[in-house]
Amino acid sequence: MSDTALKPFRSKWHERFVTAPSFLWLLLFFAIPAVIVLSFTFHGHTANGGVGEWSLSTWRELVDPDYPVIVWRTIRVSLEVTFWSILLALPSAYAIAKLPKKWRAIVAGSIMLPFWTSFVVRVFAWKQMLHPNGWLQSCYMGFLYAKTWLVCWFTGSPGMPDISTVTILDSELAVVLVSVYSFLPFAIMPIYTAAEKFDFSLIEAARDLGASSFYAFRKIFIPGIKTGISSAILMVFIPAIGSYVIPQMLGGTNCVLIGNKIFMRAIQNRNIPHAAALATLMAISVLVPMLIAWWAQKKGKKQ
Amino acid sequence: MKRTYFSTFVLALSLLFLYVPIVLVIVYGFIPNGVSMSFFGAKGEFLGFSTKWYSMIFSNARAVKDLMQSFWLSLTIGGLATVISCVIGTTAALALHRWKSRLQTVHHALVYTPLIMPDILIGISLLMLFVACGVDCGFWTILIAHVTFCVSYVAMTVLARLQDFDDRIIEAAYDLGASPLYAFFKVELPILMPGIIAGGLLAFTLSIDDVVITSFVNGAGTNTFPTYVSSMVKHSRNLPAVFALSTLMLLGTGLLVTLSKLIGGVDFKKGK
Repeated sequence: MSDTALKPFRSKWHERFVTAPSFLWLLLFFAIPAVIVLSFTFHGHTANGGVGEWSLSTWRELVDPDYPVIVWRTIRVSLEVTFWSILLALPSAYAIAKLPKKWRAIVAGSIMLPFWTSFVVRVFAWKQMLHPNGWLQSCYMGFLYAKTWLVCWFTGSPGMPDISTVTILDSELAVVLVSVYSFLPFAIMPIYTAAEKFDFSLIEAARDLGASSFYAFRKIFIPGIKTGISSAILMVFIPAIGSYVIPQMLGGTNCVLIGNKIFMRAIQNRNIPHAAALATLMAISVLVPMLIAWWAQKKGKKQ
Repeated sequence: MKRTYFSTFVLALSLLFLYVPIVLVIVYGFIPNGVSMSFFGAKGEFLGFSTKWYSMIFSNARAVKDLMQSFWLSLTIGGLATVISCVIGTTAALALHRWKSRLQTVHHALVYTPLIMPDILIGISLLMLFVACGVDCGFWTILIAHVTFCVSYVAMTVLARLQDFDDRIIEAAYDLGASPLYAFFKVELPILMPGIIAGGLLAFTLSIDDVVITSFVNGAGTNTFPTYVSSMVKHSRNLPAVFALSTLMLLGTGLLVTLSKLIGGVDFKKGK
């Protein structure tokens, strides 16, 4: 490759000129705002919704007993959503990768079809489906009665607790269910991409050597598509941590997550420093798993 | 091909899970009664399918005025954000591809980090920037926010395309006497075009679908389609109109995707 021919157009000034638009835009509208958020956490707030003097009062307010509960709930819900998404995505991606080539592209494409409609509208459709008079609620009640009856029977407690007012809507269950629904394509796609490159003759070899199909799936297939799985986990876990619309529309007051608190503090209560502090907490809970994944990957490469 | 019954069953289950709400979106668009959101009357009699929501949308009726306004605003912002982020994202990809300097390491971090940050953090930090600068939120702040999160997606899509790009083609153009600008517009850009179009389509879908970031920076009274829908009260009487409009959007997107597949094998994926 003759570098001399391109030299005049690879100069420092040329580089700066081409880099400038995106660099300056993201510096101004992404990096600097992040610094502002961090600095706002060390301010108090004023009564009229402004940002007050330098102080540590905002961080002290976060010790509020509500917050550990909300942070823990956010992490728990995100972990549950990630778990169920991956559990559904693994066999699905495997099945797609095993399809004849002609069908693969069509089925993989159809996984992305839900995105042809607006996300909010799909959540609204779920809201209608989970309506207290709907069929999903009836199924859930049937299940719940059976479960409570069994629990009572096993523990020998005399009276059944009243569960007639339990609804799926406005519960953590609804939030987990619809989150799994929304993030499932993002779990299937990276696993499928990895599974497509996987050499399925390895599984046949394992089967010939006497492994059960589940054993081969677990010991050969899953390690073989490790990178796909880890990117799927991040693709689901990160948006789940930042989830705001789904708990807002389906969780009611029973499933308030950090995202909802941030919005509430920033828009409704106009307590900007408080919202900033919560956003910082959320950023930490996203960055920590990212760093762990990055570190694990680095360590895996060394070995 | 044997012994994939269980996984095929799970795949079928997943597809069912993904498709039921879409089918319902289409069905809800034909509901006759917007208050009870039901096809059945008080005595349990079937009321039939109604197309009144569609005629409402097409006749621009008063009841759906705000809805249609938010829809057009979404299209405007989506279009503008796509064009701007395509330009900025393409230059970003070119810079990241061509140079390997310390500046590009920082640049790469700047372009990459928005992809792994939850939307809500981008929303809140932009809100705080606007608060700190004393800017009133409205059309322009929404546009800025949308460009900000679209740039990274366009950049990454074009960068992926650049990875298969043969630099010798540009050299050949120079050897044949092309000026840098001529070589860029006549040789490099046409080759990159499918990548830019794919990035642009992605940017447009992301922009038109975004509710989290927009709800932080929209200010009072300015609503895009998603923020308008999410703020609709539980028993809004015109809810079926939303579903009808969404069905039309579904058809429109389907048409666009089919067209782009037919024209140039552009891969239409939303990867977020």
